[in-house]
Amino acid sequence: MTMSATSAKSSADLDLWLEQQTHKSLLRFMTCGSVDDGKSTLIGRLLYDCQLILDDQLASLKNESKNRTTGDEGIDFSLLVDGLSAEREQGITIDVAYRFFTTDQRKFIVADTPGHEQYTRNMATGASNSDLAIVLVDARKGLLTQTRRHSFILSLIGVRHVVLVVNKIDLVDYDQAVFEKIESEYREFAARLGFDSLEAIPVSALKGDNIASRSEATPWYEGPQLVPYLEQVEVGVDRSQGQMRFPVQWVNRASLDFRGFSGTVAGGVVRVGDDVLVASSRKPAKISRIVTMDAEHTKAVAGQAVTLVLDREVDISRGDVLSHPGETPEFSNQFQARVVWMQDEPAFAGRSYLLKTGAQMVPATITAIKHKTDVNTLEKHPARRLEANEVGTITIATDKPIAFDAYGTNRQTGGFILIDRISNSTLGAGVIDFGLRRGENITYHNFDVNRKVRAEQKGQEPQIVWFTGLSGSGKSTIANLVEKRLTAEGKHCYILDGDNVRHGLNKDLGFTDSARIENIRRVAEVARLMADAGLIVLVSFISPFRNERRIAREIAGDIKFLEVFVDTSLEVCEARDPKGLYARARKGEIKNFTGLDSPFEAPERADLILHGGEAEPLELADELHDRLFDK
Amino acid sequence: MTLSQNSLTHLEMLEAESIEIMREVAASFERPVMMYSVGKDSSVLLHLARKAFAPSRIPFPSLHVDTTWKFREMIAFRDQTARDYDFDLRVHTNAEGARDKINPFDHGSARYTDIMKTVALRQALNAGKYDAAIGGARRDEEKSRAKERVFSHRNTAHAWDPKNQRPELWRAFNTRINPGESMRVFPLSNWTELDIWTYIYAEGIPIVPLYFAAPRPVVKRGGTWIMVDDERFRFEAGEAPITKMVRFRTLGCYPLTGAIESEARTLPEIIMEMQASRTSERDGRLIDADQSGSMEKKKQEGYF
Repeated sequence: MTMSATSAKSSADLDLWLEQQTHKSLLRFMTCGSVDDGKSTLIGRLLYDCQLILDDQLASLKNESKNRTTGDEGIDFSLLVDGLSAEREQGITIDVAYRFFTTDQRKFIVADTPGHEQYTRNMATGASNSDLAIVLVDARKGLLTQTRRHSFILSLIGVRHVVLVVNKIDLVDYDQAVFEKIESEYREFAARLGFDSLEAIPVSALKGDNIASRSEATPWYEGPQLVPYLEQVEVGVDRSQGQMRFPVQWVNRASLDFRGFSGTVAGGVVRVGDDVLVASSRKPAKISRIVTMDAEHTKAVAGQAVTLVLDREVDISRGDVLSHPGETPEFSNQFQARVVWMQDEPAFAGRSYLLKTGAQMVPATITAIKHKTDVNTLEKHPARRLEANEVGTITIATDKPIAFDAYGTNRQTGGFILIDRISNSTLGAGVIDFGLRRGENITYHNFDVNRKVRAEQKGQEPQIVWFTGLSGSGKSTIANLVEKRLTAEGKHCYILDGDNVRHGLNKDLGFTDSARIENIRRVAEVARLMADAGLIVLVSFISPFRNERRIAREIAGDIKFLEVFVDTSLEVCEARDPKGLYARARKGEIKNFTGLDSPFEAPERADLILHGGEAEPLELADELHDRLFDK
Repeated sequence: MTLSQNSLTHLEMLEAESIEIMREVAASFERPVMMYSVGKDSSVLLHLARKAFAPSRIPFPSLHVDTTWKFREMIAFRDQTARDYDFDLRVHTNAEGARDKINPFDHGSARYTDIMKTVALRQALNAGKYDAAIGGARRDEEKSRAKERVFSHRNTAHAWDPKNQRPELWRAFNTRINPGESMRVFPLSNWTELDIWTYIYAEGIPIVPLYFAAPRPVVKRGGTWIMVDDERFRFEAGEAPITKMVRFRTLGCYPLTGAIESEARTLPEIIMEMQASRTSERDGRLIDADQSGSMEKKKQEGYF
């Protein structure tokens, strides 16, 4: 291979060369395989052979390579790509690393993905953005579980082109029989995965055999070398051939006269004058302009980011998908998909998540786990849940219909991620197989609706926050402010206080000791039911006796119960006297008034103490929010 | 970029990808901000942001963390650019650091960078209550950057947890954060230094003149040329500036940014020189070399 980078150029050639630079194609590929198969070494070797390792990098590399296995150049190439300190210490790759190199023919983006089983999610991540994969196998070990697992994930995520690199061929004395045995075993396994192309190459990444040029140590091998192969392989991704899809990402309202729909064409070609349909409303319109900052265009093809203007007012917002009439995406709230589960918290039927596909984000529930697939044998097994790194076939129902395609026809509109509604972590990645008609195959009754399910639906942890303190201490004021803030954050809350309970549910109760206990018992039971329904319940009750509050806590059972003591001095409360109760009690009109002729037993172990006389209610509410709700 | 046929060139693909990322930020966050460092990557970032939202104005402000030690030409370019393109530029300086006259000569590059850049950045992000900050970092710059997500989650202390990154599939970016947390977003993740330069060339994007070779007053420090940009420069005993034909491959604080000897006065000459050179871009930055894995450590603490 020749690198234009190092060849001297006259300034006359320069414009031509720059012109070439701007017109090269791009190949995104990934490397995968089991741990220690030498992926990082291979990428380091690719960069080195393409003369892309710079002097300062080379110097520090040679320095770091002491005491490590190296090739003739005295370099451990894996050091170049194993970026994070933790990896250098452990000697393994634990995340996806992206590398870039360029030859005269192509620009390459390489995703180096890890071999350890627990990091299979990263492998799926790399695959989702790759058109080709290099599957590495150690010639001494042959095919391993990881080889099969990764190949299966490649086919699931839709990587169509595979290069089987049989590495460390030098360590089996360049034995043709070893290479051919591995190749035929892999071809047999891969036949079931339906790749479009598969090329097997014997290499030594450490020594450089068959990387950039033909190795003299493998005279029996007549196939292509790795770099020349990557430079010319046709991955045949012409997404402009498919049906037109335009997911609206952002509505551009530049002025009163301009309303455009910004997005990236996700398939096919869109032209000025085209009739289009909005997937959600099935409202028709015509494309009147295709706008970019540079120019007005007559057409836009898959992959281009543009802004479309329509010939009429149509209600369109972020997440809507435009297509040609007669070639519309599916629009449904139910579909079947295959998912790669990525987190320790398993997937269960009945769980609610956020589903994101394109610019659409909707609450979604796994309605059934049909089976999981054994990645070694490709056999299907019944499953009640999916653990991390497992692959399963599931059905999903979304809260409202979404536009989608089968993943096989469009990667952009057929792939989705599932997000945890509380932690926001990405739990799984899925590819849609097909839509289900309403009522078809859907079994809502095969899971129990329980507190956990209701909590996930609301995206919050149900709990009881019990405010205790003197009359006038600020309990209700603070609870109200906390409720407003939580509601603004999309949480679901309810406040129980003396006023709304005494006037209804408990209006039959007086103020005797037994009536007080019954009052507390009923309030605590209602709070428990509300929390069981998934709510955050804020209870604002003087509740002066430790015993009462202990009863409430016991009734709450396994529901999270937080005791908040609003500690405001009697003097302050009496000076405030918002309802005139202290004045009446002082006159003897109210008996057994807490703080005056009836004691207040301060909590011994409150979860939070707010000093009511010393700060504004808003500050106290923020303090409570930050301490109890900001994780 | 103008389109020739139905398949995009690599620059067209990179441009479209970056625009998509910018739009996703504008659509998904309440208070986004774009970091504007005045360098060539920022110039490309700004150009892409204008493209993403045209004919609208860029729907979020740009933030420059001014350490007070930037090259004078950078500040002039910054202010001119803000006027030319009418974007909402906000400048933040760590006021306590400036009051205490924190500088790279007396306090060392590590402490100075921490106070005037990292702490200043956290101050500005907190003050603006920004929930997403767009940056111009590229994966090809440095090893720990190579593993950074496009949408990179930060906890309430702006810290990065490299072992707990969200998997990022297709373009289905997970933009969800909890209150107080934030996202760093890197639309140029998949660009290389060569891509940046060829794009600047193809699109005619203005950049700070310091990138072009000119006679400049410099002194030799730690194997690199440091420009004497103003009277605050501290000379060592017997040291005097000499005039050399130099240019900069990256721009930062002038006492910490090394120049290279060069004759390249035009973009094509810069690109040609860069392609022939055998050292990496960040070699000119003194802060990365402080300790092994130093970029990763800084990033965990909130540095961009």
